[in-house]
Amino acid sequence: MDSSDSPVSLLVSTRKGAFFLSEQPGGNWATGGPFFLGAAVNHMLQDPRDPRTLLMAAHPGHLGPTIYRSTDCGVTWKEASRPPAFPKADGGETVRFTFWLTPGHASQPQVWWAGTSPPALFRSLDGGDTWESVRGFNEHPMRHTWIGYGEPYEIPGGNTLHSIQIDPRDPNHMYFGISASGVFETTDGGESWQPLNKGIISYFLPDPEAEFGHDPHCLRIHPLDPDLLLTQTHTGIYRMERRSACWEHIGQAMPAEVGDIGFPIVLHPRDPNTAWVFPMDGTDIWPRTSPGGKPAVYRTQDRGGSWTRQDSGFPREFGYFTVKRQAMTADQRDPLGLYLGTTSGQVWASRDEGETWQKLVDNLPEIYAVEAASLPR
Amino acid sequence: MKVIIPTQLRSYTGAAEVQAEGRTLSDLVADLDRQFPGIRFRMVNEQEAIREHIRIFINQDTAAGLDQPLQPGDTIRIIGALSGG
Repeated sequence: MDSSDSPVSLLVSTRKGAFFLSEQPGGNWATGGPFFLGAAVNHMLQDPRDPRTLLMAAHPGHLGPTIYRSTDCGVTWKEASRPPAFPKADGGETVRFTFWLTPGHASQPQVWWAGTSPPALFRSLDGGDTWESVRGFNEHPMRHTWIGYGEPYEIPGGNTLHSIQIDPRDPNHMYFGISASGVFETTDGGESWQPLNKGIISYFLPDPEAEFGHDPHCLRIHPLDPDLLLTQTHTGIYRMERRSACWEHIGQAMPAEVGDIGFPIVLHPRDPNTAWVFPMDGTDIWPRTSPGGKPAVYRTQDRGGSWTRQDSGFPREFGYFTVKRQAMTADQRDPLGLYLGTTSGQVWASRDEGETWQKLVDNLPEIYAVEAASLPR
Repeated sequence: MKVIIPTQLRSYTGAAEVQAEGRTLSDLVADLDRQFPGIRFRMVNEQEAIREHIRIFINQDTAAGLDQPLQPGDTIRIIGALSGG
């Protein structure tokens, strides 16, 4: 969301509140916050259509989940008048927390989308103040079958709807991912949805190539080539050229001793051939930490045909990082800046497209999300 | 009647004790929301159930639901329930 030469700010969402990291002259970083200390903040990001506006999805401990909105770059915040909630009904569901926020299409400046746990989709038409259930998905006759309804607590962190991606060419064309279900697509603005999982192999399923039941951890659409989709799943890294309607397992090219399990995937905004992942240990009982205790990102520059390790600056040993799906991101600079936050409360940055890394801050609460922003001064 | 507000909800009320009225707990919570917009949804979910980690006492007794009748002079105590570490 930042222009190429303006200072970068990082919006850091944690289990215990929100923080800002702001780049200072000379390359130092200042830490601001906490905001809503004690509240679990799952996601916070800037509106690219109105850079003074930020939205935050928060879940303060004992209390119900809500959305906070700032229209002054995060100085003050106001709670949504009507946060995401299901319609009242006999046996009706309740939103446990909002997990993911996505600004609407550039042509729809007041629209926002939200994904929740249990997996459901909500939309705001007024900049995030009031939210409505998207009936085309939430009341779809197949939804409960798709999402594995009845088992919301069996997935670490909850069964969530995440990675809402909008085709920059068409506001009615969208995708999202659901834990323990898969990737879904709409071409009519959310009125109808179809699974889009052909080619994903989930070895744990009775039918590893089932139409749904897969576990995408993070899904991204490329802004310059919207027919290119990449996803980091529970069983590897996949790419789809949309016209093929079939995922290709590009994680097969990762080193066998590292594997291709992880949560985040980050795309280079100006180069559809380039992407980064942060591998984690998916063997045995799934530690979900850096393989061998040696953190590294892996970069492809040929759409997943090959991967290069980038670990300069990271600990050489005893670095058992976990980086969640929203906790790795890029800015818009040239060369591109990359950022990641760990569950142990560290934020790391690379100003040279992953070649070298430096730690910006230590000892924050467990980090859920990191988003880059350019906040007007 | 007197309503004792837990620390988690004082960002809405600005006070540890407030006054609210109602013939039932549901009425009282609605009155609180009129005075302090947004507070209801933090205590009561969209299916009209008291949230999992919220307890509401009417005098000495735990309220089982929002349909509990109230009497003038009752004291209502809302707490963020102990729910693990």
